Amino acid sequence: MAKYVVKRVIAALLSLLCLITIVFFLVRLMPGDPFTSVKLTKEVAANMKSYYGFDKPLLLQYATYLGNLFQGNFGYSMKYTNKTVNYIIGQTFPFSADLGIRALVLAISFGLVLGIIAARNRGKKLDFICVLIAIIGTSIPDFIMGAVLQYFFGIKWGLLPVAKYLGFEYTILPATALAFYTLTSVSRVMRASMLEVVQQDYIKTARSKGLTDFRITWKHQIRNAITPVMTIMGPTVAAVLTGTFVIESIFAIPGMGKYYVESINNNDYAMILGMTVFYGMFLVTCNLIVDILYGVADPRVRIGKR
Amino acid sequence: MAENENLLELKNIVYSFHTYGGDVKAVRDVSFNVRKGEILGIVGESGCGKSVTAQCILRLNPEPPGFFSGGEILYKGQDILKMSKKEIRKIRGGEIGFVFQDPMTSLNPTMRVGAQIEEVFVGREGYSKAEVKKKALEIMKLVGINDTEKRYRQYPHELSGGMKQRIMIAIALVSRPSLIICDEPTTSLDVTIEAQILDLLMELREKLGTSIIMITHDLGVIARLCDRVVVMYGGKIVERGTVQELFYETAHPYTQGLMDSIAKLDTEKGTKLKPIEGTPPDLFSPPVGCPFAARCDYCMDICNEELPQSYRISKEHRTSCWLQHELAPQTEFKRELYKEGDVK
Repeated sequence: MAKYVVKRVIAALLSLLCLITIVFFLVRLMPGDPFTSVKLTKEVAANMKSYYGFDKPLLLQYATYLGNLFQGNFGYSMKYTNKTVNYIIGQTFPFSADLGIRALVLAISFGLVLGIIAARNRGKKLDFICVLIAIIGTSIPDFIMGAVLQYFFGIKWGLLPVAKYLGFEYTILPATALAFYTLTSVSRVMRASMLEVVQQDYIKTARSKGLTDFRITWKHQIRNAITPVMTIMGPTVAAVLTGTFVIESIFAIPGMGKYYVESINNNDYAMILGMTVFYGMFLVTCNLIVDILYGVADPRVRIGKR
Repeated sequence: MAENENLLELKNIVYSFHTYGGDVKAVRDVSFNVRKGEILGIVGESGCGKSVTAQCILRLNPEPPGFFSGGEILYKGQDILKMSKKEIRKIRGGEIGFVFQDPMTSLNPTMRVGAQIEEVFVGREGYSKAEVKKKALEIMKLVGINDTEKRYRQYPHELSGGMKQRIMIAIALVSRPSLIICDEPTTSLDVTIEAQILDLLMELREKLGTSIIMITHDLGVIARLCDRVVVMYGGKIVERGTVQELFYETAHPYTQGLMDSIAKLDTEKGTKLKPIEGTPPDLFSPPVGCPFAARCDYCMDICNEELPQSYRISKEHRTSCWLQHELAPQTEFKRELYKEGDVK
């Protein structure tokens, strides 16, 4: 198991390095540079360029960047004067993470429950309702969902705040809007997987042991049905995270999303790179955790002796 | 036949499945009994209803679509079909164990085998954790598993096929049931392991006095293991009797056909096996007459028109074939009847 984890970590680091390299050179391909602005005179722009080291050879810049990165330093933003990328991420990421985690917890827990309920009542009314929710969730994008929720809960019924992020009641609407799509995809996968597992021979074995239906579902069906759900967890986390960009702007949440989009408009090299690498690390870590959890749920996936 | 020896008695079981195409009549009027300490074989080709019959004893068929439309299943004199869910759960695992066909898929892959054996005691009162574990280890030893402490903690994928089937048998036996139903327990195992498992079953019968229902399509298994045999075809029992009677005094063309289609050691090289031509009857609308009539070399007009009665040849030996009728022509199957006429 330890060897497996080490291997996975090395692979993760390698993919991060690829990500950094590609993004580093890609941003240089964009037209203009951070100091292309009508307001700056040529001399000032040249001055700034040499201050940030952009007059040096590209490969040297790349090496310097990597060196700084190893020390955990993302560098200074070129737009927000005197603010490091680390500082901006530190200020904004907690909001994004808070929203994302709430949405994920909501999506996974409700998604699983919905899937289980649907599968256990296959072909009955409850199943129909669950499937209907799943179809609605899959077909409505999160930004529409956000606006609809704002309109009904925020404006029409006045139950919950429409925007900002100041306390628990502020989190409910954006988290729901963000979670909805993921929730329905989790529930669909779980339902299908539960229905597949129930056909398996070992469920019959469990019945032949005289177990109650509840115990069969709980101990035999769910545990085996959950692995396909975990497989989609990696992309799901990615979907929720990128979803936060849109939801943050709809609900006026001071998260990372705004800075990410702006940094690209501004050609703010350090910010683009810093945030991409940060997200990359986050995603790679999530996938790593899913891979390891996979082995916990399914003993057949565990490699080597524990 | 003394009534009180009967551990299990199926009376006129009719079992069908609802499908979009109509009802499939999988089991049609099947009756047989299992006595204490006996091994009863049920033999027949795929789709003849033998597995459905076996599973309906514990009501393991999915219901719906499956449903009973008649009959009684008496276990120790009580009708299983009239029992509540809770009562049936007590019978399952506790009184009657079940060994399934494919050990590769019949164990839960995410649960340690020890826990799977112990699970039989969940919901049964009066056992401490330590006692249950002791029982599990004991039964594992009994079914021939060495190094039980280590195996107890392993997952199914860490065991070989034969080992898994031993675990399945351990699950079926751990609460010392009075009957175990083995649904083709050796079909997916190779022959050496098959022989070991069959020996094990016989040994366990000796040691524990457990009755066994052995479902198979392999006459070799029947010959080796069973006391009495029931031959099923098209959802009906066509012949029954002791193993001796069935093999040496075969009284039904289908049973004969089964035996002819086995390769024998003394078959000359180059001779072809004699298969039973044709396909089994369509159980959506089973034939009105004898189910085997369409494939039978001895088919007479009556066979297509009316179901044959059950003719009694000896105390145990019965056959449902018109060839036993007094007016039927003399064939190799015609036997002297035990009592005059129909004893059904």
